Amino acid sequence: MSKVSMVLNGKAVSADVEDRTLLVSFIREVRELTGTHVGCDTSQCGACVVHVDGKAVKSCTLLAAQADGSEVLTIEGLANNGTLHPIQAAFREHHGLQCGFCTSGMILSALDMINRHGPGNLDEKTIRHELEGNICRCTGYHNIVKAIKAASDQMAGMAQAAE
Amino acid sequence: MAVEGIGARALRKEDKRFITGKGRYTDDIVAPGMGYAAFVRSPHAHARIKSIDTGAASVMPGVDAVLTGDQLVGDGIGNIICGWMIHSKDGSPMKMGGWRALEPEVVRHVGQAVAVVVADTLAQARDAADAVVVDYEELPSVTNAVAALGPDAPQIHPEAEGNLIFDWEIGDEAAVNAAFENAAHVTRMNIENNRVVPNPMEPRAALADYNSAEEHFTLYTTSQNPHVARLVLSAFYNIAPEHKLRVIAPDVGGGFGAKIYIYPEEMVCLWASKRVNRPVKWACDRTEAFLTDAHGRDHQSEAELALDSDNKIIGLRVKTVANLGAYMSLFSSSVPTYLYATLLSGQYNIPAIHANVKAVYTNTTPVDAYRGAGRPEATFLIERMMETAAREVGLSPAEFRRRNFVRSFPHQTPVIMCYDAGDYDATLDAAMSAADYDGFAARKAEAASRGKLRGIGISCYIEACGIAPSAAVGSLGAGVGLWESAEVRVNPVGTIEILTGSHSHGQGHETTFSQLICERFGLDSDSVSIVHGDTDKVQFGMGTYGSRSGAVGMSAIVKALDKVEAKAKKIAAHLMEAAEGDIQIEGGELKVAGTDKKLSFTEVALAAYTAHNLPEGMEPGLKEGAFYDPTNFTFPAGTYVCEVEIDPETGKTEIVNFVAADDFGKIINPMIVEGQVHGGLTQGIGQALLESVTYGENGQLLTATYMDYAMPRADDVPSFNLSTHETLCPGNPLGIKGCGEAGAIGSPPAIINAITDAIGNNDLTMPAKPEKVWALYQSSMKQAAE
Repeated sequence: MSKVSMVLNGKAVSADVEDRTLLVSFIREVRELTGTHVGCDTSQCGACVVHVDGKAVKSCTLLAAQADGSEVLTIEGLANNGTLHPIQAAFREHHGLQCGFCTSGMILSALDMINRHGPGNLDEKTIRHELEGNICRCTGYHNIVKAIKAASDQMAGMAQAAE
Repeated sequence: MAVEGIGARALRKEDKRFITGKGRYTDDIVAPGMGYAAFVRSPHAHARIKSIDTGAASVMPGVDAVLTGDQLVGDGIGNIICGWMIHSKDGSPMKMGGWRALEPEVVRHVGQAVAVVVADTLAQARDAADAVVVDYEELPSVTNAVAALGPDAPQIHPEAEGNLIFDWEIGDEAAVNAAFENAAHVTRMNIENNRVVPNPMEPRAALADYNSAEEHFTLYTTSQNPHVARLVLSAFYNIAPEHKLRVIAPDVGGGFGAKIYIYPEEMVCLWASKRVNRPVKWACDRTEAFLTDAHGRDHQSEAELALDSDNKIIGLRVKTVANLGAYMSLFSSSVPTYLYATLLSGQYNIPAIHANVKAVYTNTTPVDAYRGAGRPEATFLIERMMETAAREVGLSPAEFRRRNFVRSFPHQTPVIMCYDAGDYDATLDAAMSAADYDGFAARKAEAASRGKLRGIGISCYIEACGIAPSAAVGSLGAGVGLWESAEVRVNPVGTIEILTGSHSHGQGHETTFSQLICERFGLDSDSVSIVHGDTDKVQFGMGTYGSRSGAVGMSAIVKALDKVEAKAKKIAAHLMEAAEGDIQIEGGELKVAGTDKKLSFTEVALAAYTAHNLPEGMEPGLKEGAFYDPTNFTFPAGTYVCEVEIDPETGKTEIVNFVAADDFGKIINPMIVEGQVHGGLTQGIGQALLESVTYGENGQLLTATYMDYAMPRADDVPSFNLSTHETLCPGNPLGIKGCGEAGAIGSPPAIINAITDAIGNNDLTMPAKPEKVWALYQSSMKQAAE
């Protein structure tokens, strides 16, 4: 057993867990935040994507102990006091989800993508390429790509307005 | 919120919980004191179990019990059944082998469960499952269906001699033989439909909770049809009588057919929960899903198409071998028969059709309905034949199809189906125009100048949805009626709850079903809730598959709404002292035509419940139910055009344009319909280009992870160009045909027709992986040079 501490969605948390506990199990079972999902066992599907210290990671591939001392963001921490993040809003506006199971990972991968490229700097080809670590079986990606493009452009507009 | 009725692109009501992480899927649910199940699975494709030693496992930390098939059979748990009886052409019933949820004697596919461990934690359960020692005597195995029919093939079930489950036929063989004798041209092909895995992103899961004081079970599970699950678990598997078993399918992360069936694991969790007297949870991992979720397709066919001298089709002869895997899954027998051969007429006027289907046991995962279920196999066959025949007789693929289109309705095909309405020219014209078919030659030349091969392919599909008229399917062997139920509960404050037997696992019923109520009563969507997926709340229902929830589920809601509306009008007329016929409903109010008298919907609802002043003899309350049984199937149809560009150096195919022109009848929410088409097309592209279940020689599944099985990803597919053309379905009150499966049904032949056009070689099988395309192109180049 090891004591693992982290800042999860802005709140300091800690727990004693078995050494083999995965970060996704810490999030889902210890902290009971079930918005992060497990869709495969080989780090392929991306349903479990969260941010650790600002970077997208597949939480099924990291031990909870490896995230000790980190800041972790899950889908539950993305909206700001009930106001949807622009990516969340864009997924709804553009029908970028159907069953919803891959959605948390898609949204957090999209956030990472926009952060890395800079808001407003994503085209369809880049988005499709960047999404290769996230599988969706429902939407055919068409509307996910549209949603991410729209969110990226909107965030660029917001950044400009703030300057 | 604005009133968004039929035809509005209403944003989805369910989205908010999914985009904020507040969805509740089965594996998200916990019960106090629950334990975890882990299954011990066969590593062999075919083996006799000599012994199972649970001794070491049962004393490991946290372990409650290690249970085996002998105990399951001893407790009277029934065999897993196939619910659709098919008779062979000699009149004999299908030969169904026994399927136990935990196998005590002979395992018949890799991954079959032989024991289960229940422990305090998942890790403890898995550790203990690894410590169960099973002594197997390996037996010869076979995974290919044609090989399984061979004289030297191993015998898989004692009940099915030679592994033949049934040898079934449909159509008039003599008429077909006569047509071929008079044919001016015959096109012949061997056509395979590759085996694929449905792969909903949420793996199957179950949480079973037995209350010993009440002798009552609750099962949370990943089901497309919780009432059917309860019925089967009660009536056939002896888990508990229906009133002692509640099945809840909460948020479900995709189905595509794979979550229709009642699998061994869910049954075992229920039984084990009683055995260990604690709630038991099981969540499938992805490799278990590949090994145990029912697979789809897997047909090998020989087809012959006879044409007269005007290139009109005069006959179609098809012989198909269908691989059903190691056991007969719930609806497996209906898929290669009544959901397949009845659609072989396509959009065409074919006077004579005969099909023979042999269904075969193999040492593979069971095969059942996957998005489209039989109709993709039929469409792939007829549309590959149409394209090939057109090339052989020197007609353009579009002209050859036009020459043979059905144009007069109703149209009785020679294979049971009676097409009720459609306009196949309209969708072909729309698709060709959107695809700029006439400009293809220039694009091909331009691609050639860059060293690329360009091809274009058409597919004109038809399918049968609205599944299904109960008496009709009953006469064909179905064990259930395929109606749907609905209940409309108007609350005293005028809000409405719709209880439906349909189940949404991505389709957006909470939104589209609400739109019906908004349209009818002029209420806003926030005033309506859709209740589904719980056998304690909804009395009964047949669930969601076969694109039936619009055509059948919504029709049941419409029937119930008719009754609510009639009663509300009676109350309003009584209260306003007007004639019932003068009451009109508009904008959430009941008005007396031609006057300024009106009551709000809320006032009428409240009057129904206070019951202080109701018409003489009227019962209080405003709640009505209805069952709707369709009178015919519905027939969505359309044309897909695919344009590809192939790199001759690598054989890699890029889809550069994909056009879909569909006729789904009445559309409730175009945004949701488009989403269904996008998803279906992508699954079809997956089957055509990427996805392929591969078994090794000893029956090992070589494609059991996402590293070995190629799922379509975002950069494998294009953005799609969609349009719809509406001919209303005359058979149901809204005119809906259904849209859930069309994309997966219609797209594979369009893609393969395009690739074969590009490479000048027609021998292509799915999936068209680069090495295959490259080799075929090389061989056609070599042939051209000789």
